[in-house]
Amino acid sequence: MSYILIFISAVFVNNIVLAQFLGICPFLGVSKRIETALGMSGAVAFVMTLATIITYIVQKTILEPFQITFLQTISFILIIAALVQIVEIVLKKTLPALYQALGVFLPLITTNCTILGVAILVTQKDMNLLESVIYAISTAAGFGLALIVFSGIREQLSLTNVPKGMEGTPIALITAGLLAMAFMGFAGIV
Amino acid sequence: MSNKNSAIKVLLNGILKENPTFVLVLGMCPTLATTSSAINGLSMGLATTFVLFGSNAAISLLKNLIPDMVRIPAYVVVIATFVSVVEMVMQAYVPALYDSLGIFIPLIVVNCIVLGRAEAFASKNNVGLSALDGIGMGLGFTMALTLLGSVRELLGTGKIFDFTIYSEQYGMLLFVLAPGAFIALGYLIAIMNKLQKK
Repeated sequence: MSYILIFISAVFVNNIVLAQFLGICPFLGVSKRIETALGMSGAVAFVMTLATIITYIVQKTILEPFQITFLQTISFILIIAALVQIVEIVLKKTLPALYQALGVFLPLITTNCTILGVAILVTQKDMNLLESVIYAISTAAGFGLALIVFSGIREQLSLTNVPKGMEGTPIALITAGLLAMAFMGFAGIV
Repeated sequence: MSNKNSAIKVLLNGILKENPTFVLVLGMCPTLATTSSAINGLSMGLATTFVLFGSNAAISLLKNLIPDMVRIPAYVVVIATFVSVVEMVMQAYVPALYDSLGIFIPLIVVNCIVLGRAEAFASKNNVGLSALDGIGMGLGFTMALTLLGSVRELLGTGKIFDFTIYSEQYGMLLFVLAPGAFIALGYLIAIMNKLQKK
């Protein structure tokens, strides 16, 4: 039961982009077309789940027993950077089709704060491994949902007549604000 | 004389012409998340300024030692070191601020501005200019965050830096919450665009 609550909370109520402000850069950057939004969400889901498992194990077996948790930031970002590189190399060799789809987005993921953010949040919230994995998957689903809905809106928006000074980023931000307001309607469910 | 001029130009570049928030639109996550009040925005800006200054200076000193192939991981380690320093100092001396900024302090590591300046400026210029560029960019970022924080605090609660301007009951709570951040920043960038066109 609590796993379902984690899922609903991460996807709708505390949506990573619209309520917690993580991953705004890809949210604004790759949301101009639905296909790129889908590719980015897939890459994020893949890396986030892997990264959360590995950082969780490192946190529990190395950082905490040796009381070097102050190295958390450095070690986590290195793990994520290395992981992204490895995923890129492995995908290229074994699943070229998937690599074609996700390829461009993988290098961008190292500086995507959702990955590091979720890895740190999981240790802060003191979750166990299964909860962490579910949290990572549902956060990625929430990221994907926000990104795809937003790119759908932006595709429509590109056809409309926007005042000169508001073109580009300003109107995208205001649209995101309205979307965030819609997501506020989920508050109180969990 | 020209040397001094170019130093001032580098410093002002980050504050006005290439303001990281309003012109380059980089580092949006902390910009939106930590500006629920002016003081939070200001302190987040200053923390980022310190990291920018330190990492820019260190990377420009190390630029000839770091092989080109592994430069991004090397830059990230340097940045993460400075972020850890900021994190520990804030935790020790301003615990209340540390709690209210929360996860966004370790996340300075993945702030695109810091890595962006390391790659675009510090890896090509000398220490003095790189440090100045770090300070300039940092101050530009701080100004943007403080401005956004003030606007949101004023509209949301009727205060700036906890100084009451009008009664809180007329405030629009929305601006302190998540949607208000997007909307306020959207309008601020639109106003900046308009001003710069002239």
